[in-house]
Amino acid sequence: MGLLGKLKAALQSIFGKKHVRIGIYGPPNAGKTTLANRIARDWSGDVVGSVSEIPHETRRAQKKDNVVIKNGNSSLTIDIIDTPGIATKVDFHEFMEHGLNEEDSRRRAKEATEGVIEAIRWLDNVDGVILLMDSTKNPFTQVNVTIIGNLEARDLPVLIAANKIDLDGSTPATIKSAFPQHDVVPISALTGYNIEMLYEVMVKLFGKARRK
Amino acid sequence: MAGIKVNLISHQKLESMSTDEKIDFILKEVKQGEVLVLERGLTPEEQSKLIEKTMEEINPGKFIGIEIEGYREEGKLSWLQKALGKIRPPRMTVIGPADKLKTVHRDNDVIKTVIFGR
Ligand SMILES: Nc1nc2c(ncn2[C@@H]2O[C@H](COP(=O)(O)OP(=O)(O)OP(=O)(O)O)[C@@H](O)[C@H]2O)c(=O)[nH]1
Ligand SMILES: [Mg+2]
Repeated sequence: MGLLGKLKAALQSIFGKKHVRIGIYGPPNAGKTTLANRIARDWSGDVVGSVSEIPHETRRAQKKDNVVIKNGNSSLTIDIIDTPGIATKVDFHEFMEHGLNEEDSRRRAKEATEGVIEAIRWLDNVDGVILLMDSTKNPFTQVNVTIIGNLEARDLPVLIAANKIDLDGSTPATIKSAFPQHDVVPISALTGYNIEMLYEVMVKLFGKARRK
Repeated sequence: MAGIKVNLISHQKLESMSTDEKIDFILKEVKQGEVLVLERGLTPEEQSKLIEKTMEEINPGKFIGIEIEGYREEGKLSWLQKALGKIRPPRMTVIGPADKLKTVHRDNDVIKTVIFGR
């Protein structure tokens, strides 16, 4: 860090003004883009990207800069990275079952594999992560474990959001029991349920994050 | 009798390899349809490298990717251990081709999988 950077950091620590880059991570279809859109819409009036029930809708990382989130007297400026869903397998037949033709399905699969790689590479360039899980699904998956392990190894703050709690069969408590050492906030990115709590924890947790 | 083959890989076998060698070894086996149980799994960094490499190797109709399940590392490191570059040792992990190995249950203490013949 140069002298200017040091001065900026010192001022930031005094006045609590912070600018950090936050990645939204998770398996395909967890609701990452829905959440990114909600955050952007609540605080800056834009949208980040398109949402779909077909997995791997996001196949390139999408960025929304300078979103200011307020909580009481403190505020946090974030650049949001909505990342492609991370998976260990991609089968184009799955997209055909959703009604896409073979050519589109094959192309989507190819782009999806590139998206996974891009999402993983972004881990080196974020200051903190919101890890989104679908709380109607089993959270004990390798994708979740690999993401958390990488964040812990890099000492990056992680906030787990247990999404889709508006749905029957959602069990956010299972997510808490799977990852007891991390903050877990149950939300519905779709309806906005409990989203204020998410913002509160974001400002607290990521306000302490070190800027890269 | 049609049998199902599972390869139990000792940690000594992988210990002497670099990250790239480990990943090449695992992917080569898995692409041939082998199911591996690693006595000690991969570090988080190795896991994400393996996922990246898997994505590069996916080939429609031939290889759709991997199924991998392992236990989380135990315990916590002090800042001093971290500063000395210590990592928490990875734990037992099963890896196979995604069209052959399916996880039917997983929690903190138990992993159950089914292997389909091919
Ligand atoms: N019921 C419910 N559905 C949701 C919620 N959040 C997202 N969804 C739905 O889940 C599906 C996937 O949402 P996306 O936001 O595209 O998910 P994503 O994580 O960005 O998925 P990829 O880009 O494919 O990795 C869509 O049909 C959304 O409408 C939620 O809180 N509740
Ligand atoms: Mg998306």
